[in-house]
Amino acid sequence: MSQLTRDEVAHLADLARIDLDDAELDHLAPQLNVILEAVASISGVAGDDVPPTSHPIPLTNVFREDVVRPSLSAEQALSGAPAVEEQRFRVPRILGDEQ
Amino acid sequence: MTEVLVPFDEVIAKYDPALGLEVHVELNTNTKMFCGCPAVFGGEPNTQVCPTCLGLPGAMPVVNGKAVESAIRIGLALNCSIAEWCRFARKNYFYPDMPKNFQTSQYDEPIAFDGWLDVEVEGETFRVEIERAHMEEDTGKSTHVGGATGRIHGADYSLVDYNRAGIPLIEIVTRPILVPAEKAPAVARAYVGQLRDLILALGVSDARMDQGSIRADVNLSLAPKGADKLGTRSETKNVNSLRSVERAVRFEMSRHAGILDAGGSVLQETRHFHEDTGTTSSGREKSDAEDYRYFPEPDLVPVAPSREWVEELRGTLPENPTQKRARLQEEYGFSDLEMRDVWAAGALPLIEATVAEGTAPQSARKWWVAELLRRANDAGVELAEVGVTPQQVAEVQALVDAKTINDKLARQVFDGLIAGEGTAAEVIEKRGLALVSDDGPLIAAIDDALAAQPDIAEKIRGGNHAAAGAVIGAVMKATRGQADAARVRELILEKLA
Repeated sequence: MSQLTRDEVAHLADLARIDLDDAELDHLAPQLNVILEAVASISGVAGDDVPPTSHPIPLTNVFREDVVRPSLSAEQALSGAPAVEEQRFRVPRILGDEQ
Repeated sequence: MTEVLVPFDEVIAKYDPALGLEVHVELNTNTKMFCGCPAVFGGEPNTQVCPTCLGLPGAMPVVNGKAVESAIRIGLALNCSIAEWCRFARKNYFYPDMPKNFQTSQYDEPIAFDGWLDVEVEGETFRVEIERAHMEEDTGKSTHVGGATGRIHGADYSLVDYNRAGIPLIEIVTRPILVPAEKAPAVARAYVGQLRDLILALGVSDARMDQGSIRADVNLSLAPKGADKLGTRSETKNVNSLRSVERAVRFEMSRHAGILDAGGSVLQETRHFHEDTGTTSSGREKSDAEDYRYFPEPDLVPVAPSREWVEELRGTLPENPTQKRARLQEEYGFSDLEMRDVWAAGALPLIEATVAEGTAPQSARKWWVAELLRRANDAGVELAEVGVTPQQVAEVQALVDAKTINDKLARQVFDGLIAGEGTAAEVIEKRGLALVSDDGPLIAAIDDALAAQPDIAEKIRGGNHAAAGAVIGAVMKATRGQADAARVRELILEKLA
């Protein structure tokens, strides 16, 4: 299993909107590699004939009838919002200066 | 930034385009893709939301079976193979239009793939290959506040309504469409138009481009003629009318050519189309930030449509609209020009319904395209919403055939029908529109007209039957249009024989 580079960790942190400074990157990148290596030991057991598993239960086609169920009220829906305006979620500026 | 636009004639002399179209179809299911919230347009903000479509912790999505059925029917109508087994995937991104911080979509396992749609442009057929059609969910609606233009750039903050978040979408993606450069704008338009007609015929969506229930993204690249590699593409988002699809392709061809002519390279980016100017402008640049880190959706089990179900759905497909159009044109005996006008007006289904009530096709065509279309345009509504039904048109024409009214009076009957004055017969009664069926008053009017114009009477007696026209005109005037002109003519000639 190839190692996760420090640059890749910085990129992932950026994608996840997590601000990591150099010291944190130095600290976390090797830790992530240890975790990945631990998980990679599975590949020592699973042969090529074992497909990757995305769902542990062997179910397919779980469908819902196309019937309307009650929604939340707007008050309930917005009750956890940090800011509300005109019955809408108010969110900070979407495109920052860097974009 | 100043853009150099190369005239279209010069573009097509030097470059070959590759087109790609991504069309999003909003399904008309009762409920959203993964929860039971209503999937209707226009509710008060944030009143059609629940823990699932708001992405609250612990909420579990369940797939709407009807949406899967619609997806399969769309795939079959586009001649696609239907996956025997496929999964949903999470498309991860940080943008407040999806409260979950991911959109539930499909990635490498679309429900439908490897299809085609034959598109007709000026009598020539182009096969557009469909790469895939996959299921996903719509996003919420953001309103940007502050800044000069209400656009995202320069906004101070945004307000989000999640009513639309989670409404089922089918995204239909073409393979690169390689057609002669001069045809590219028209082929793009025809593809989206015929796809819309197909979706309408399937009955799986309102298919209203003006309301966003069908949205097209136009990908375009140019390469020098004869090059064996495709150029870098731009992606113009949310082009919202057929005309705009054609204009967006034209504009991007001219813009790309300007960059390439100057020795530059086209930036792979998202662009926005502006209806008012017919131009595009740069949107978000494609960058590292658009690394979606797709992975299989663990909260939804795979979809594995049985072959029996797929075949059952194949049996529900409507006649292909393009073939149907050709069949009806032949049955009705419409010329190409007549058919073009009928099609452009959206009158074909209305004419079909009118003919089904027993009206002759040409009469049905005349009322819908000549008379009612003008009224629809004046009122700024679609022809189907003009306020007259096919049954009423058939009734009016039957009254014309029975000589109860003539074409001119029929127009006044339509006035009454649109004004809601009851049935055609009631309008005729109330407005006193019936033709004078008794010869007595007609003969009296003829006598008056002949007395007033003795020289005309002489001409007719002398064998000049064309001169009768002036007398007919006078009689029509005297009876306020309520005379049968053919009967008046007969009476005049009898009298002067």
